[in-house]
Amino acid sequence: MMVNDSSTLFWVFGIFVVLVAVCGFYCIIVTRNFIRTLIGVELLTKAVTLLIVVCGYVSGRAVISQSLAITVIVVEDVIIAVAAGIVFGIFKNIGSLNVTKMRNLKG
Amino acid sequence: MNIDLLLLTILLACSLWAVLTRSLLMSAIALASVSIILTLLMFRLDAPIAAVFELSVCAGLITVIFVSTISLTKPITRVELKQQTKARIKRYWYLPVIVFALAGLLGFFMVFPEVPSLAALPDLDVKDVLWKLRQTDILGQIVIILAGVFGVVVLLKEKMNHDGE
Repeated sequence: MMVNDSSTLFWVFGIFVVLVAVCGFYCIIVTRNFIRTLIGVELLTKAVTLLIVVCGYVSGRAVISQSLAITVIVVEDVIIAVAAGIVFGIFKNIGSLNVTKMRNLKG
Repeated sequence: MNIDLLLLTILLACSLWAVLTRSLLMSAIALASVSIILTLLMFRLDAPIAAVFELSVCAGLITVIFVSTISLTKPITRVELKQQTKARIKRYWYLPVIVFALAGLLGFFMVFPEVPSLAALPDLDVKDVLWKLRQTDILGQIVIILAGVFGVVVLLKEKMNHDGE
């Protein structure tokens, strides 16, 4: 694969972004552990952050994309902190991290 | 570009490791290594401040959050682990197959259209963009951080006893 212009650079990075996002999606869909779900979410947001930075680099607007990437990182951090608190609360209530055991609201 | 390809391959390998490994602690460490590789890529893509954020927040703070959550909760016993291993392999063996098949498909059969380049902007500094052009983002970030702090405080608050202590 010839890689010398910005367009090809974008597509090469794009392929890897898709693959990392697939890993995140698969982790969220298949796992039955709460913490692994968070790890899947984290992988997805990392793929998005990389895509934002690459788009900025290719379009020549790295400064703006950088500020947007910082916003995404802050939001991701808060989401994981709150979600970790929720996971800990669920663990205190049901004594397990298994998603299938959370049946208190089952009708 | 060769270094970029190498870093991207390591990034993908680390994300696969994070998903496929059995131990949650190893998974958290793999996630931290994904962050570190992402930091290197960001440095190479002219985004040093975002890279520093990624390194300090994602590789540092989030790993600490994950490790403390894992240590505060009860790990599964060896017997349970043995019972789950077969079911786990059954559920997870599709992932490497999907990833490699998708990589092959995208790499060899996809046509790469030209990406349009935008008009050049006047020379802007990241500080100017953050504090002048995108002030609303900063406001939103502050609100989100406050919401997160209050959320964590409410969630982790110890239950009060009847005396209100």
